[in-house]
Amino acid sequence: MSGIDPITLAVLAGRMEQIADEMDATLFRAAFNPIIAEAHDASHGLYHAATGDTLVQGKSGLPIFVGVMAFAVKAVIDKAAQDGDLADGDIYIFNDAHLGGTHLSDMRLVRPYFRDGQLFCYLASVGHWHDVGGAVPGNYNPAATDAFQEAFVLPPVRIARKGVINQDIIDILMRNTRLPQSAMGDLNGQLGALDLGVKRLDALLDEYGADTVRAALDALGERAEKLMRAELAALPDGRWEAEDFLDNDGITDRALLIRVALEIRGDKMVLDFAGTAPVTAGPVNIALPTAVATAYVAIKHIFPGLPANAGVMRPIEVRIPDGSLLSAAFPAPVGGYTETILRMIDVIFSAMAQAAPTRVVANAYGTINALSIAGKRANGAPWVMFSFFGGGHGGSPESDGLNHGNAPISTATIPPLEILEAAYPVMFRQWALRPDSAGAGAHRGGLGAVYEIELLEENARAFLFGERGRFAPKGIAGGGEAALNHFEYEQDDGWHAPPMTSKMLGMQLKRGQAVRLETPGGGGYGAPGDRDPAAVARDVALGFLSADRATALYGDAWKGSAQ
Amino acid sequence: MTKMVGVDVGGTFTDVFVLDEATGRASVAKVPTTRPDQSGGFLAGIGKQIADMGEIAVVVHGTTAGTNALLERKGAKIGVITTQGLGDVLEMRRRDRPRTWGLRGDFKPVVPRDRRLEVPERTLADGTIRTPVDLDAVRDAARRLIDMGCKAVAVLFANAYANPENERAAVEAVRAVWPNEHVAASSEILPEIREFERFSTTALNAYLQPEVAGYLDRLETALKGGGFKGEFLIVQSNGGVMGVETACRLPVRTALSGPAAGVIAAGYIAETAGFPDVITGDVGGTSFDVSLVAGGRSMLAPQTSIDFGMVVRTPMIEIATIGAGGGSIAWVDKGGLLNIGPESAGSDPGPVAYGRGNDRPTVTDANIVLGRIDPDNPIGGVLDRLDVDAAARAIDTHVGQPLGLTTLAAAEAILTVANSRMAGAIRLVSIERGHDPKRFSYMPFGGGGALHAGAILADVGLARAIVPRYPGVTSAMGCVIADMRQDFVQTLNVMAASVDEAAMRAVMQAHVDEGLALLDAARSRFETREVIFELDMAYVGQTHTVSVPLPVAVNGGRVDAPTRDGIAQAFDAAYHATYGRLLKDGVRRVMNLRTAVIGRRPKFDLSALAPAEGGSVEAARKGARRVHFADRWHDTAIYDRLSLPVGAVIEGPAILEQLDTTILIEPWLKGTVDPFGNVILERRA
Repeated sequence: MSGIDPITLAVLAGRMEQIADEMDATLFRAAFNPIIAEAHDASHGLYHAATGDTLVQGKSGLPIFVGVMAFAVKAVIDKAAQDGDLADGDIYIFNDAHLGGTHLSDMRLVRPYFRDGQLFCYLASVGHWHDVGGAVPGNYNPAATDAFQEAFVLPPVRIARKGVINQDIIDILMRNTRLPQSAMGDLNGQLGALDLGVKRLDALLDEYGADTVRAALDALGERAEKLMRAELAALPDGRWEAEDFLDNDGITDRALLIRVALEIRGDKMVLDFAGTAPVTAGPVNIALPTAVATAYVAIKHIFPGLPANAGVMRPIEVRIPDGSLLSAAFPAPVGGYTETILRMIDVIFSAMAQAAPTRVVANAYGTINALSIAGKRANGAPWVMFSFFGGGHGGSPESDGLNHGNAPISTATIPPLEILEAAYPVMFRQWALRPDSAGAGAHRGGLGAVYEIELLEENARAFLFGERGRFAPKGIAGGGEAALNHFEYEQDDGWHAPPMTSKMLGMQLKRGQAVRLETPGGGGYGAPGDRDPAAVARDVALGFLSADRATALYGDAWKGSAQ
Repeated sequence: MTKMVGVDVGGTFTDVFVLDEATGRASVAKVPTTRPDQSGGFLAGIGKQIADMGEIAVVVHGTTAGTNALLERKGAKIGVITTQGLGDVLEMRRRDRPRTWGLRGDFKPVVPRDRRLEVPERTLADGTIRTPVDLDAVRDAARRLIDMGCKAVAVLFANAYANPENERAAVEAVRAVWPNEHVAASSEILPEIREFERFSTTALNAYLQPEVAGYLDRLETALKGGGFKGEFLIVQSNGGVMGVETACRLPVRTALSGPAAGVIAAGYIAETAGFPDVITGDVGGTSFDVSLVAGGRSMLAPQTSIDFGMVVRTPMIEIATIGAGGGSIAWVDKGGLLNIGPESAGSDPGPVAYGRGNDRPTVTDANIVLGRIDPDNPIGGVLDRLDVDAAARAIDTHVGQPLGLTTLAAAEAILTVANSRMAGAIRLVSIERGHDPKRFSYMPFGGGGALHAGAILADVGLARAIVPRYPGVTSAMGCVIADMRQDFVQTLNVMAASVDEAAMRAVMQAHVDEGLALLDAARSRFETREVIFELDMAYVGQTHTVSVPLPVAVNGGRVDAPTRDGIAQAFDAAYHATYGRLLKDGVRRVMNLRTAVIGRRPKFDLSALAPAEGGSVEAARKGARRVHFADRWHDTAIYDRLSLPVGAVIEGPAILEQLDTTILIEPWLKGTVDPFGNVILERRA
């Protein structure tokens, strides 16, 4: 490998990964905003000087950022080429999701790292800020039809020039957020993380020399590529297709097709999304960088031992058709990107399951269900409760799926109901596993959940952005579908479901009325007929499965079976 | 009755540390841990040092009985009675997953769904009772749990931290139909907001109660049968000790008992030696455990997960773990990169050189091949000799050949990568706590720690390592050093500006009364008693709280009233120290009150551990052997560590050996025996 000895390489691999980990730790500690401090919705890494490719990325950051950050750095490389005067101590900042992927809440800072007057690599930091302006506090606007309704848009500009902070940029940023103190805390944390990265890289290069470190970075890229090729070569050649749908875009009630063809030839793979629906009016579009990064997330779930290094993607071609909702151009709204990328992961898993069923798990619940309830207290103080909700994971070759897990693109946990009840005038009538929600299979899916939330104040409005109301999470290797997402809200004349099933703006609630969210479970793995009847009997005894459904799905064998 | 005995039962060995307060003499013993009943090894270990148990004033025990029962799911059959609509909280966790990547793995709670019975009742977040508890339903549930064969029951109601009335009534009703000492309410075990953490801690406590109480009872009975008339104490995960009765009531507090005692001992030894800032590193069979002590104080974490979904929320000494220990396996991946762990050969089958069936090379095998461990006198006395050739072959096959390295270069490579990972863990722990690691000393302990200390000094840039006199029995020694400590918590959830000062004082007083009563009931002597109050506070809108030390005096057991101004000032000081700034218009909220009541036990004089006078470096020298460093063999002097006199300076390369530890002094280092018997490793001039 590239003329570096294997011992130095192994040590440098760990040292560089640790620089990124330490940058993560620096921001988590400094951030004021719980989305970063607690949910770790942030990421840091080292990126290639010419291409922006990911060289090393921290282990603690959000999964979706592994991959999307390379695009953020590339956007800065392009901008710096236009500017034509990149210098040591410059730092670019932007949130433009069409350039950098994900959504406008993610503020990206990119800093060139120079060694002996030469550009050596880039360091970057991304973090989800609490508020970046736009029509809705917190920037989750299900009715947005363009980016300007989602947030203010900052293209790549220099917040620091040759080591001197440009206060003008900070002033503009702080005037465009509802929470300037929180934003300032995050910004300082991100600047601090970049400073630490520079310090650590200085020390590493002092110790090993720039040539050795560069050789190690090259070798690690080659190694990542080699690992990926070895994994692909072990899979059968062929072409497999899978498709699924988004319910609608929240504006028009029309299903949106997501399609993939997965082709493996030798040690190469193509993921072709041709046939996917065109760009749409509502915010379920995603930008091209997000689409490519999502392929990366799916691949890392399938091959969890692979490093976070762009070399992994060299044997893989991701084809995203122009004009599709997976490559939406500015200013198409992209705020609901989570739903679309979850569906991309589902179809990649479903296609891979045909090639190598033991390498994947069945589809997870597939929607984040962003639910907010907002109102005013008796004293006039406004309140907004906002959270994502969980569901079941897919059955796997080894076991049933996990009950009530988090989304594959995130590692965030849900707040305890007591924290929500203490902070907002609501009461959870129910917070439970949802019976009959799992996909059947030799290993069934995990169960989804039921959350029923009652309003304790006079009036409030509820907003929901979810999916899987019309198309259920799929099983693989013969496993069955999970239950659909189901949402209802209570009115004087009883319970109602929104016309778009899982998306709705401003449902009016009175004191004592509730909303009820029932989330999907995970798809099943393997044929239901192969399930141990004792396991079926146990699910019935525990109330996870009704007796009628058990018989319908699995036959009668469970009835005589000891649990 | 002048002897104090510390006993730490680990996975492989039971360690005993005996201090005779009359003479100031200390002695140690190490015996194999017995399974499944650990009391055999426990008594054998004590018996090795003490003939007459009547001489023992106190036995302090660090135990993994609770942790093992949790990991192996060997607790009691228990039931749960909980709020209608919320019966699945224990199984739903906080919507997490076992591993970030892969989406595999499921979770089985310790209480399955058919033993989690819901009853009508509801308390709101402000403490208002919306639905009084249906006691008929509670009694019916209790009877069903009895019929199912449950040994313990936990009552878990929403918002019980804010008002425990419904839980209390339910517990009373359960006891009326089911007289059982293992009935507990969540508000008794942990009156703190966050239902999953409170329910989990309470349920796991109930799950452990019958098991741990039985174990401690067997031990105490056996001790008494041997003539023991002293006091029996148990180390908690917070690094303090508690009486055995408290341990039977709150076994969940023993979760990290043994490792916590080790950190307590390390902190005390380092501070006594003049180095109050120390990072400890314990190289075990499968892991490397790091803990940080700043200014003589160990860090406490609010909770830990014993396993996925098994959360215990009670203050614990903070210990970070990476999978790089002596038994960790070295392997080359398909991309040609050398990796260490996470797979481990553990202590059984153990390294290749043990000859017990493992043929993949471990970190210990690399140390053996390089001559750093004496193959003729393996630690622990279980094996007669180590198979160096087999270790060399394994290294050659699995690392040397794939990487094109000689066997020796491959062994060096394994250590280089393992050391680099350990050094990385130290840097990360420091950064996460906001410290510069260069300011710290390093204290290796555990059997293998002192083999890697030099490499870690070099990598992290630390000034020195302190190798304690008995690194292999640090946890047992910590048992003897630890103070008695009780932690209390109560969620208040009020604005700082509108705190009811009298009501808050009453809660503080109740904590202090209970804590002092436990100290009074103990037979230990305490030099001083100390009460520490802390508040978890944040600005409104922030969920991340900061820990705010609250300076409120306690005079003759009576707590002064806290003041709103005092609380605000204390918050500002703590917040500024953490974030470097304050929010201009931020509204301060008090989430929890935490109280620690500490009885400081007399500290023994560590110079008791110093080597006896009259020894000499020459007399301590046992011989020499070839040891490989970097790229060549060095003739390396071997010393009997315990025979080296105070003030002895040994220049590297050298090896100091003792019963359970090998200290490697690399060529660029020197080791000095300090007045307490520690070996201080520093760079040679």
